[in-house]
Amino acid sequence: MAIKTHSKLEKKNTNTVKPFKGKDLITYLIVVVFFTVFQVLASTGTLKNSLKALLVPICVQVILAVSLNLVVGFLGELSLGHAGFMCVGAFTGTFFSVLMEDVITVVWVRFACAFVIGAIAAAISGILIGIPVLRLKGDYLAIVTLAFGEIIKTIVNALYIGKDSNGFHMSLDSSKLGMGTDGQIILNGPQGISGTPKNSTFLIGFILVMLVLIIVNNLMDSRTGRAIMSIRDNRIAAESVGIDITKYKLMVFTISAAMAGIAGVLYSHNLSKLTATTANFGYTMSITILVYVVLGGMGNVRGSVIAATILYALPELLRGIGDLSSYRMLIYSILLILMMIFNNGTYFVSLREEIAYKFKNKKTKTAGEAA
Amino acid sequence: MVFLSQLISGISLGGIYSLIALGYTMVYGIAKMLNFAHGDVIMIGAFVIYTSVVSAGLNPVLGVLIAMVFCTVLGVLIERLAYKPLRQATSLAVLITAIGVSYFLQNVALLIFGSDTKQFSSVVSLEPVSLAGGELVISGETIITIAVSVVIMVALYLFVNKTKPGKAMLAVSEDKGAAQLMGINVNGTIALTFAIGSALAAVAGALLCSSYPALSPYTGAMPGIKAFVAAVFGGIGSIPGAMIGGILLGIIENLSKAYISSQLSDAIVFAVLIFVLLIRPTGIMGKKINEKV
Amino acid sequence: MKIKKILALVLSLAMVFSFAACTDTKVDEESSTNDAVSSEGTFAKEGTIKIGGIGPLTGDNAQYGVAVKLGAELAVAEINAAGGINGYKVEFKMEDDIGDAEKAVTAYNSLKDWDMQMLMGTVTSTPCAAVAAETEIDNMLLITPSGSAIDCINPDTAFRVCFADPAQGSVAADYIKSNNLATKVAVIYNSSDSYSTGIKDSFVAKAAANGLVVVAQEAFTNDSATDFSAQVTNVKAAGAELVFLPIYYTPASLILKQANDMGYNPVYLGSDGMDGILGMENIDTALVEGLMYLTPFMETATDDVTVNFVTKFKAAYPDQTQYMNQFCADAYDAIYAIKAAAEKANISADMSVSDIGDAMKVAMTEITLDGVTGSNITWDATGEPTKTPKVVKIVNGSVAEA
Repeated sequence: MAIKTHSKLEKKNTNTVKPFKGKDLITYLIVVVFFTVFQVLASTGTLKNSLKALLVPICVQVILAVSLNLVVGFLGELSLGHAGFMCVGAFTGTFFSVLMEDVITVVWVRFACAFVIGAIAAAISGILIGIPVLRLKGDYLAIVTLAFGEIIKTIVNALYIGKDSNGFHMSLDSSKLGMGTDGQIILNGPQGISGTPKNSTFLIGFILVMLVLIIVNNLMDSRTGRAIMSIRDNRIAAESVGIDITKYKLMVFTISAAMAGIAGVLYSHNLSKLTATTANFGYTMSITILVYVVLGGMGNVRGSVIAATILYALPELLRGIGDLSSYRMLIYSILLILMMIFNNGTYFVSLREEIAYKFKNKKTKTAGEAA
Repeated sequence: MVFLSQLISGISLGGIYSLIALGYTMVYGIAKMLNFAHGDVIMIGAFVIYTSVVSAGLNPVLGVLIAMVFCTVLGVLIERLAYKPLRQATSLAVLITAIGVSYFLQNVALLIFGSDTKQFSSVVSLEPVSLAGGELVISGETIITIAVSVVIMVALYLFVNKTKPGKAMLAVSEDKGAAQLMGINVNGTIALTFAIGSALAAVAGALLCSSYPALSPYTGAMPGIKAFVAAVFGGIGSIPGAMIGGILLGIIENLSKAYISSQLSDAIVFAVLIFVLLIRPTGIMGKKINEKV
Repeated sequence: MKIKKILALVLSLAMVFSFAACTDTKVDEESSTNDAVSSEGTFAKEGTIKIGGIGPLTGDNAQYGVAVKLGAELAVAEINAAGGINGYKVEFKMEDDIGDAEKAVTAYNSLKDWDMQMLMGTVTSTPCAAVAAETEIDNMLLITPSGSAIDCINPDTAFRVCFADPAQGSVAADYIKSNNLATKVAVIYNSSDSYSTGIKDSFVAKAAANGLVVVAQEAFTNDSATDFSAQVTNVKAAGAELVFLPIYYTPASLILKQANDMGYNPVYLGSDGMDGILGMENIDTALVEGLMYLTPFMETATDDVTVNFVTKFKAAYPDQTQYMNQFCADAYDAIYAIKAAAEKANISADMSVSDIGDAMKVAMTEITLDGVTGSNITWDATGEPTKTPKVVKIVNGSVAEA
């Protein structure tokens, strides 16, 4: 048993030390090619409407998957509240856009500000959640993030914010808002925000995906990244060599939350109506993102990109073929279980190691013969 | 009188949370894993009762017994197929698997029974007790729920502390390796834990749906999560803790609904969890576990 | 690592296959849309008029979407049997949105690929508002059977068949006043649902104007829609004689049960979301006895249109009678409204989406429809229908006019 864990650790370490610049380049290339092909198809009008409408949502899902991978794959902690951060970003960003629609008329300036505001708000909530969460680990941390996600959704659904000539009014009860006659309710409780300007485009989505990929890849390739991964691989060992676990955990949480916030802003500016439901900002969404990360490979950025794209697009492309959408979550859940058992099950881990061992022996043998 | 009435409603809700939390706490205490699918086993149990009582016209008590057998088999199967291969894996892998199982059960129920809510007929036929001239009414379901929770808690406590298989459970929860060396069948003990936990889930399903008679594939999810909060609140792994945590959580939820805000009551319940974990991470009755290096 | 690669390969193959499969499956779907009621008539002209539908066919809200689908398909089959619209065959295709705004927009685009000319949908409010913004860009006609929020019909080309949220609240308050049902009333509403909060707000305002005392306003959310003991206790303590329930029937059935357990039996008045409570599997009819609710559609009504609808529905879908509710009826009327307006505007199958939209938005305001959800329904330019809800009461386990 002891030997087995040792070999496992060793394998992981060689993985992390290896510079993966080339690997990053392939990821970027895939994204750029995907973007170019679909952008050309879309601009020449040969792309079907249904595919065109999928492009921005795919970017949203990719950003969410990559950012969650940072927490789950690299830090090794399970966060079930990722959609909550997305919710914060979406609502603050959209709130800003709706408020400033007549003030800032240059679309790209307003939209850029919305992204910055959404990202900062989500990052702040990431810090707020990160501070108590840092004391916890494993299952407790997972359940607390889930709780935070639900709290965020509940509060957003209970809040009414309006603006009139006297300034802002905020209340938990729509009848107690006390607005003037010239007032405009911006956040209308469960009815959410209406009339969001539709600013999201595939180009903006692509730029954001690239930005997120570059940040994550470079972060993980740095000294900081190695420190983060060492926490995942052996927390006690990491602590004993002087790595400040609290600092790195908080950092990962904040960066990941900010990215989810960006995804939220992109999501909300692709629809004219924004409401917080279980399906888009609740627990279900957090699990869906987790499915992308797990099936794409935990700690594998490119895997997240591909898994998010395929798993999001596939049911849409297969629309109308049988009752696919009712089987979708069933298939995901089975895949999730199988993936975990294949990758972590005692039997399969030892089987894999055996094969790897034989393969390695053969290799050295042939190499020896050649020499 | 209104406050008393709210308090009783809270205790009734808390009784159900306790019952579910007992299942959580048993499995967590012994297998050291968060069985996320526990809430969904409750839902499956309720559907089995619904099918046998409403569709097949059986006696409610018989329906509950069938559901207990069904859930026991289901619980052991889940453990055998999904969790056992992961005995040595990280808690992250086990938790993700449990989420997968939870979603699997929900979607199977969705495909079989559809998403529309079914009206569950109460398995309790006790008349409500009316006090203070009808101002305070305690329903039969409330009385039965609390009685059943207390009986099960005492029975479990005695089972774990006084019987041989129970002591084996304690040993496994203390140290799997050492227990194995002492000749305890670790896999058998964990399977037994799941069997008991799942049978309890069937009882919880019956009482949950008798008090709140709407049954859909999502029925178990929220009570399951809240019961986990209750288990953590009471100190996970502790049987009396689950009971106390459940009742307290039920009271907190109901009183915050009645006197603070019914919209924010869920947020308050979850805030309690966070608060407890910050102040006393081991819960009310929990023991401090020192980490082995 | 290898497994992941294989998985990725399988998934990408499936994706490639799906591109190829897109064209093949289209044919099956079109023929399968009307299989439940397939009495095809002969058509005077070549070409088809394509009406799309969007609603939740899977997920939490599937019961509403399925009801709409059945109602619309029944209407389309009837129209086709009678020679179609303006001599053209009508095709109807319903896409699933799981009740989610983003999915609704993808469904809308997928229907555009199918060359949809008019849209009957979406079923739920939030997706409807999101799709309405898209139809505005395309100038496509949108008739929602059941999207009751204000912003569902913001564009000029958008109309609805159901009541707007505020209308129901004030009708309910007026009904209580004019029938002297109670002076002390309470509301239990779903604060996470825009439909419910919308009706509640207008009810509370109108009740105050009518001199009724609203003694309690209790809320719940979608996540806490099982335990109502706290709300019921407060309502009981406040001494309400009548409880207004602007909510769907599932939580309502729980409120009735829990109030009964507490020995509290006030008069209940519900909104049109209550329609369908008798169709719930295993509902305790003793519990719902005496319940009143607003509805545009009553199964037991004796007018010709309703009798025809009910008979045909039962014949076409004998196993799915639980879906014969106001959602279904609204969808049935929506298709007939499209037919009436299309005949008025003399729509032909080769017209573009935008031209149809322009012609229909005028024609819609000129038609008068005798439907199953009301007689003499007319629409104004904002898209609101004029129809008054009926108040019905459950007597001896069936619905009767109150």
